[in-house]
Amino acid sequence: MDSLGPGSEIDGFRLGELIHVGSMASIYRLSGPAGALPLIIKIPRLGPGERAVNVIAFEVCRMVLGALGQGRHHPTLVAFGDVETTPYLVMEYVEGVRLNDWVDRTPVAPEELARLGAAVALALDDLHRRGVAHLDLKPTNVLYRPSGEAVLVDFGLAHHSDYPDLLAEEFRTPIGNWVYMAPEQVVGVRCDPRSDIFALGAILYHLATGRFPFGNPLTRAQLRERLYRDPMPPRAVVAGTPGWLQEIILRCLEIDARDRYASAADAAFDLTNPAQVTQTERGARKRTASWGTRMRRRIKARRFDPAPCPPPAIRAGPVPIILVALGPFQSDEISLEALRDAVRRLIAADVRSRVACATAVPPAAALSGARDEETATGRHIKHLVALRQWARPLQLPEERVTYHVLESEKPAAALIDYARMNDVDHILVGAARGGVPARLFPRVSAQIVAEAPCTVTVVRPPPES
Amino acid sequence: MKLALFADIHSNLEALTACLAHAQALGADRYAFLGDLVGYGADPVAVIDLIERHAMAGAAVVLGNHDAAVLGRHDDTLNSNAQAAIAWTTAQLGARQRDFLASLPLTVRDENVLFVHASAAAPEQWIYVTGLREAEESMKVGDAGYIFCGHVHEQKLYYIGASGRPMPFKPVPGTPIPTGTHRRWLAIVGSAGQPRDHNNKACYALADLDRARLTFYRVAYDHGLAARKIRAAGLPERVARRLERGA
Repeated sequence: MDSLGPGSEIDGFRLGELIHVGSMASIYRLSGPAGALPLIIKIPRLGPGERAVNVIAFEVCRMVLGALGQGRHHPTLVAFGDVETTPYLVMEYVEGVRLNDWVDRTPVAPEELARLGAAVALALDDLHRRGVAHLDLKPTNVLYRPSGEAVLVDFGLAHHSDYPDLLAEEFRTPIGNWVYMAPEQVVGVRCDPRSDIFALGAILYHLATGRFPFGNPLTRAQLRERLYRDPMPPRAVVAGTPGWLQEIILRCLEIDARDRYASAADAAFDLTNPAQVTQTERGARKRTASWGTRMRRRIKARRFDPAPCPPPAIRAGPVPIILVALGPFQSDEISLEALRDAVRRLIAADVRSRVACATAVPPAAALSGARDEETATGRHIKHLVALRQWARPLQLPEERVTYHVLESEKPAAALIDYARMNDVDHILVGAARGGVPARLFPRVSAQIVAEAPCTVTVVRPPPES
Repeated sequence: MKLALFADIHSNLEALTACLAHAQALGADRYAFLGDLVGYGADPVAVIDLIERHAMAGAAVVLGNHDAAVLGRHDDTLNSNAQAAIAWTTAQLGARQRDFLASLPLTVRDENVLFVHASAAAPEQWIYVTGLREAEESMKVGDAGYIFCGHVHEQKLYYIGASGRPMPFKPVPGTPIPTGTHRRWLAIVGSAGQPRDHNNKACYALADLDRARLTFYRVAYDHGLAARKIRAAGLPERVARRLERGA
């Protein structure tokens, strides 16, 4: 394999420019017959002097990418060679910038970081729903397509719930990047998608502050520190860090996986809607846990008991998001109650679900008037209050409900966009009943039904008796 | 070469024919029957005759503990329902079926593949491979790239790589698992005729040895008919219910 270089041929694939040499593999562009996709070939470093994990990582990469098939958030596997004769993987060349490019520009502005992080969280959610945990998430393994969508690369250490975990054999050595690795990975757990949520938190921390949350551990003992130590809160490192960002980062970095976001979709939701983040003590924290607390945790950590991996059923369906689309002029209490009833039934069916209440209104600038309630903010607040009033009888805890006033000339398109951006699972929209909404809203519900990326229910009140 | 693997058929003709049809539709061209052809179910003669026809066409067939019990080799590990079924089965069989069972070996080795009913560590002791220790023993003594077995009724896959220690895996039905020959594999294919994991579909597995892929399957069959035949034969009610519930 050492004699390989640009111009060599493997199974009919001609190697082009060498674009990456890593500890596990070399990557070349492919030249020659151009197909539908630009391609790369990844050749693992095998043979004398190379680590055994390289072979297994090659097999894992092939198995997981093969199982994933085509998708937006991972490179498509096109061809592969046999591990015993000519190991190689031919896959899609993802054109885009690498998250690593931001590492030299820390601290990254909170809004930009939230956008970058939300894209990664959505990509993770896609993988997790397909039964895959990446387990080696780091800035060099994240690329952004020109559309802003994140693509995760290098699945050599990934875990797929439908396949045997070939790397579990290496059980005793924590494999992966020690800087971003979750505590449960330190003790050899390789089946929890929430490990990726931890790594996302570690990346966000790094980019928000310019520091690693747990330093750069060089020994196993240093690596184990994350089983009991919490990182210095980002606000204590970079004074201007907003509370919502710290809340999100520290929630991702919780030691116990059960205390983190239950799904990457949840983290994406918070990163996309900073104003809706419910801030707890985490967001305001200025220092690490007290010396006494750390000592107690340290003693407990000698027998660190990681959270059990969630069963595949839960992995397959993370926290469902229900979007309730309310008409801006909808004041008919019978229709509103019918919508509430429909929401009650859905949230009773899945206690993890969360509700996003949204209304789409024409841009405020076009409507600004002299009186207070006609100004942009005045109208915005009025709609928010109406949404809150509508939701109050549902008696949902605060972290399970959010409110959104979407400003757009095209209300249906705005609601559909929202559903797509936030990975909404189900949209509820009221049917029109006489008067203004009947003329205005039917078109909105019809367009949502036709174009939404998820299930839509049009809610009609019971017939009057 | 696609090798279809059936274990713990237990005289369930409906389950066996459904699994065979499923495997044939997927292009199976070789067959192995991993013991416990009889016991519990109501069709011992038809099941043995069907398997004998496959054996004459080259299928590998090994002896199971229920088959041995029918031949009079006393087995005090069998519960009362099983004992009752053994007594009933013994009365049903003719000389031809008994001769066929008596001709069955405990293991069949085919190059890199070993077929056995229970643990290859001591096939005649009917050791259940229920954990890592038993799997390791069976793989050590069996010394084959692939060991295919039954006895334990639930589908399970063990594999040994560089570390030398077996790892367990609960297969997902219908998902082909790459089983590279640089590792060693022990597959419990699951019970065709008496599933016990609260799923009443019949179990079997299909190994594509050329492409090094192993797929476990669950197949729906007419368990109602199989249960009715058990009741009509006067066999224990518990055995009939077990087919309906899969537990």
